[in-house]
Amino acid sequence: MRRLIHWMLPVLLLWAAQAQAQLEVTVTEGVSGAIPVAVAPFAWEGDGRPPEDVDDILAANLTRSGLFNVERDGLPQAPTGPADFLAQPWAEAGMEYLVVGSKRPAGDRVIVQFHLFDVLAEERLGGWRVAVPADRLRRGAHQVSDIIYEAITGDPGAFSARIAFVNVQRDGDDSLFRLQVADSDGANPHTLFRSRLPIMSPEWSPDGSELVYVSFENRRSEVYRQDVATGERTRVASFRGINSAPAWSPDGRYLALSLSRDGTPNIYLMELATGDMRQLTRSNAIETEPAWSPDGETVYFTSDRAGAPQIYAVPREGGNPRRLTFESGYAGAATVSPDGRSLVYVHGGGGFRLARLDLDDRRVTLLTEGGGAESPSFAPNGSMIIYAMTHGGQGVLGSVSRDGQVHQRLAGSEGDVREPAWSPLN
Amino acid sequence: MNNLFRWAFAAVVMASLAACASPTRDAEDAERAAEADRTADADTRAMEADARYDAAALDDPDSLLSERLVYFAFDRDEVKPEFMDMLEEHAAYLAANPGAELRLEGHTDERGTREYNLGLGERRAKAVERVLTLNGASSDQVEIISYGEEMPVAFGQNEEAWAENRRVELVYESRQ
Repeated sequence: MRRLIHWMLPVLLLWAAQAQAQLEVTVTEGVSGAIPVAVAPFAWEGDGRPPEDVDDILAANLTRSGLFNVERDGLPQAPTGPADFLAQPWAEAGMEYLVVGSKRPAGDRVIVQFHLFDVLAEERLGGWRVAVPADRLRRGAHQVSDIIYEAITGDPGAFSARIAFVNVQRDGDDSLFRLQVADSDGANPHTLFRSRLPIMSPEWSPDGSELVYVSFENRRSEVYRQDVATGERTRVASFRGINSAPAWSPDGRYLALSLSRDGTPNIYLMELATGDMRQLTRSNAIETEPAWSPDGETVYFTSDRAGAPQIYAVPREGGNPRRLTFESGYAGAATVSPDGRSLVYVHGGGGFRLARLDLDDRRVTLLTEGGGAESPSFAPNGSMIIYAMTHGGQGVLGSVSRDGQVHQRLAGSEGDVREPAWSPLN
Repeated sequence: MNNLFRWAFAAVVMASLAACASPTRDAEDAERAAEADRTADADTRAMEADARYDAAALDDPDSLLSERLVYFAFDRDEVKPEFMDMLEEHAAYLAANPGAELRLEGHTDERGTREYNLGLGERRAKAVERVLTLNGASSDQVEIISYGEEMPVAFGQNEEAWAENRRVELVYESRQ
């Protein structure tokens, strides 16, 4: 608890400073056996206060991954460079790893130098230098976090990735819907699009430069794409009936969509360069929520062709869909792991929970308990899944590690937060 | 109730057909004929029926036309019997006012996935559309929209709120 408060503090301060919608992270359930890591305060070799406390952001990120117990208090020493390292006091304090570092201004930029030590092996695992514009030091801190995460675990970090989500605020009978993008820790939210009518289903382009989503701004569902940096916006699907559930193919050339223009919702593939459409599924059922395999060969989707919603797979070239889920009366909204070997989906029956289906052996593992879980989205490194749930009557985001062991909550400060989508690594 | 209504509607149609079929009359004859019409039993009823299909009837709290909500069971799209009288009344209104246009907005409760619920909302709106067109409305007069679970009217997480949200709203875009 002490540790939790300690690392939440900078988040809260930041929130106060920005005075706008901000997500705030609470670890609700952690794992025993997390790796003890000490993060020493990074020295600031400039005047006044540094623009961001990189070490605080690093500590918060590592904690949030659920893999580490990060120690900030009562450190035996305050080293800032490799020359000062002595393993023994850190080993006696129970630490397995130590991160030390410093940051200094260089014109408009800040240079962050940092080192990682393996305390038990008494050796330096690496030293790195990250130079970022001073006003983007937060992003630099996420890069530092990715480097440390990968050096310890061997897997790429996903802290530099961003999340898109829909924020909804109610004011009497009126609602304000906002499409927002924030850092992976919920900081720096900015609004890409706002509307008095619903916004749904944001998904990233594979290069992370654009979002595609559904907007009801014309009192019907239509699909739009929007450049995250420039805000430039184009309508891509406005057929008769439902235009929904866009999913970008991994090669960036196609959108999979659920359209009811020919009667009932079916899956279509739209070639973005030409606008050419191909109907991928044909049934009188509801067929929606397409998701691509990472190799782009398979499209997973939800269909109630057998009576209740279940998840199916169909080759991108077409063919007979194959049913994949049998364990409950409701399965939908699949997200595919970056290695293509698992699906995480909404599993109904006694509330809606998240389940992971391993495609190799068809084993199903429940990842969350009770409550309404929806809209799962895999982190680009496959380590965790972000999703939406209701907590205390408010729509909030949760995340769960791939194995279901570590649970966290990202509470929105205002209104409901829903439909998170994790950006690709870029 | 319903039978009387249909009968009166048929009388209006027959009266107007008769008027079309009759040879051209001079102004006096027309006046006399109109006088006679006003006293005719059938036409009195026809005029009452006509009033029932005035745009004003849509705002009359005593008319079934003032009811614009159809509710559904969880994950179902069948129109329940208790909504049939009301929908037949709206169908008759649409038939009597060919210029009238109705938007059917389908909604679901919050349970289940959002995109799937868009499909379910559309199914419900289409089920209502079928009842209307089978009872005399033209499909050209009816527009279907699904909002899925995105526009709830009740915000609790309980059966009472969910039941209120599983609905199709009848919205007149044009009344005549």
